[in-house]
Amino acid sequence: MLFKTIKKQDFFDFYFPDFQCIGPKKVGTNNNGKPIYQFLPFSSFDEIDLDYETTEYSAKTYFLPYKETLSSFSFEDNDWTQEINYSSNPRLIIGLHPCDINGLVKLDKVFEKTLFPNPYYITRRQNTFVVGIDCKQPCDRGFCSSVGSNTVTHGFDLFLTDIGDRYFVKIGSDRAFNALQKIKTRDITKNDNELYLQARNKFDDGVEKTVRVENLPNLLDIEFESDVWGKWGDKCLSCGTCAMVCPTCYCYGVTEHISMDFNKSDKIKQLYSCNLNDFAQVAGGHNFRPEPATRLKYRYYHQHRGFVESFGQPLCVGCNRCGRACLAGINPTDVISDLQREQKR
Amino acid sequence: MKYLGIEPQKPKIAVFDFTSCEGCELQLLNKEETLADFLNAVEIVSFREASSSSSDNYDIALIEGAVSRNDEVKRLEKIRKNAKVLVALGSCACFGGVNRLKNEFDLKSANKEVYGNDPKETINVRPVKDIVPVDIEIPGCPVSKAEVESLICHVVWDSPFQPPVYPVCVECKQRFTTCLFEKGQMCLGPITRAGCNAPCPAGGQGCWGCRGPAVEPNYDSFFAIVKEKGFADIELREKLNFFGAFQEVIIS
Ligand code: SF4
Ligand code: SF4
Ligand code: SF4
Ligand code: SF4
Ligand code: SF4
Repeated sequence: MLFKTIKKQDFFDFYFPDFQCIGPKKVGTNNNGKPIYQFLPFSSFDEIDLDYETTEYSAKTYFLPYKETLSSFSFEDNDWTQEINYSSNPRLIIGLHPCDINGLVKLDKVFEKTLFPNPYYITRRQNTFVVGIDCKQPCDRGFCSSVGSNTVTHGFDLFLTDIGDRYFVKIGSDRAFNALQKIKTRDITKNDNELYLQARNKFDDGVEKTVRVENLPNLLDIEFESDVWGKWGDKCLSCGTCAMVCPTCYCYGVTEHISMDFNKSDKIKQLYSCNLNDFAQVAGGHNFRPEPATRLKYRYYHQHRGFVESFGQPLCVGCNRCGRACLAGINPTDVISDLQREQKR
Repeated sequence: MKYLGIEPQKPKIAVFDFTSCEGCELQLLNKEETLADFLNAVEIVSFREASSSSSDNYDIALIEGAVSRNDEVKRLEKIRKNAKVLVALGSCACFGGVNRLKNEFDLKSANKEVYGNDPKETINVRPVKDIVPVDIEIPGCPVSKAEVESLICHVVWDSPFQPPVYPVCVECKQRFTTCLFEKGQMCLGPITRAGCNAPCPAGGQGCWGCRGPAVEPNYDSFFAIVKEKGFADIELREKLNFFGAFQEVIIS
């Protein structure tokens, strides 16, 4: 990895003509006066705030949109043509935290480095210049450190750590190296290294929420019938909010939309959630997971068991967006701790 | 206008209004970009808002409005006999709608309040399904034209007509709305059927449940959350009652 430092004000000279720029924008405050941020398009750097704590929604929709047309069919007389379009315009996303970049690295495993790569995802991913930034302190009940997502080594173009009046910058791609030629950078000094490590230690010292996940896949198997699922499942509204805000949930459904002139039809993909009532309903009407508790359980199974079996790491990056957004107060650290307590009894 | 070489059949459609604001009927003429195709795909045999002709020969009857008079009961029964498919169009037809609020009051005094010394014949407001069997419900105040279009495709091509089973929250999240509970407001989104694209929360108003219950809503949990967040029972009841769509859980 190549490291450099950049003066903060010089960094904001970093300009991407013809790119759509996305960053953490304040969209309001909640009831308790806490600012709410979302990743949104911006046109000048003063519209965004790189010191934000966390965003309400993850940035996944810039790679996996909530809705996208996979293909369109046009009919003419006795023939038809299919149109597939997965081109995407260049984009810059700035301000992704380590959890979110780790989320992308996990999505890469599913959609890019796999037997059946997904061109829709890959074009967006490769056409997006990702600038990440370290968190100064852990976010509200985030547990990224527990799932190894508090640091990043790849999956970005540039990665910043605030070390006072400068950013400590990791360069993660050739194109980032080239882009940096246009602004003033400095080779790192011993002092920069120290400041960087201090910043990281300060973050680590602030970590409050932890949950042990090492043996979680086995524990989940053992606790398949646990009452813990009923306890949380009874609260679950089957509203899908958790999956919508999650940086790594990627389940989807595909529906066919016939145009009103009957000459065209679109295959539309929509992100779905395993918590929704008909997620496991099959043709003929049978629902394999009719109870909210079962559906909730399988969301945890995918995040913390199924993905570990396939990829050796949990899918969850510990951002606790699902926990904060859930009206019913269902959150990973409480659910997992409950299961662990169950086992100790 | 062939589809895979097959010439589509134009379903004969009749639109009828009962006790309602006629907003759903107007909605049928909305969505200008596909209106010409819509009108081309069907044969409208009776529709007061769009044409003067009227006929008893139709396949699909779209019923807008609730029933609030005895003559409406008879009219509806006759339509049911004529129609192959009877569709309850909009929240009034599906649940009684805002009109149903009347049922909370004594009929006589309500009549006097509205019509003064010129009282009208009136009965308690009832949704269409309380009078005759309904084949398909399209809830919403007003209905979504896209759903009506999807119904037409269903009738013509037998493609599935399946309004979302999940609650409004999914669509609310998919348009990046900040949850209104975060801002101290109540919202019926978690128990209400999606399909409207959550315009109300996006506009800063909690959902009032005009599309009726989602499939198997978790009322117990939702009511507990609303209580815990400090909303009064009366406020919740008022919301649940507004479109008459939550009769299955309304506690007096
Ligand atoms: S989960 Fe960790 S990396 Fe993500 S925002 Fe919170 S503290 Fe930062
Ligand atoms: S866990 Fe929470 S956010 Fe997720 S579906 Fe259940 S109630 Fe909704
Ligand atoms: S499951 Fe929850 S905590 Fe884990 S990555 Fe998704 S939103 Fe974040
Ligand atoms: S505002 Fe309403 S619909 Fe939107 S997420 Fe919150 S409860 Fe659900
Ligand atoms: S958000 Fe609620 S009240 Fe508004 S249109 Fe949708 S279902 Fe109706």
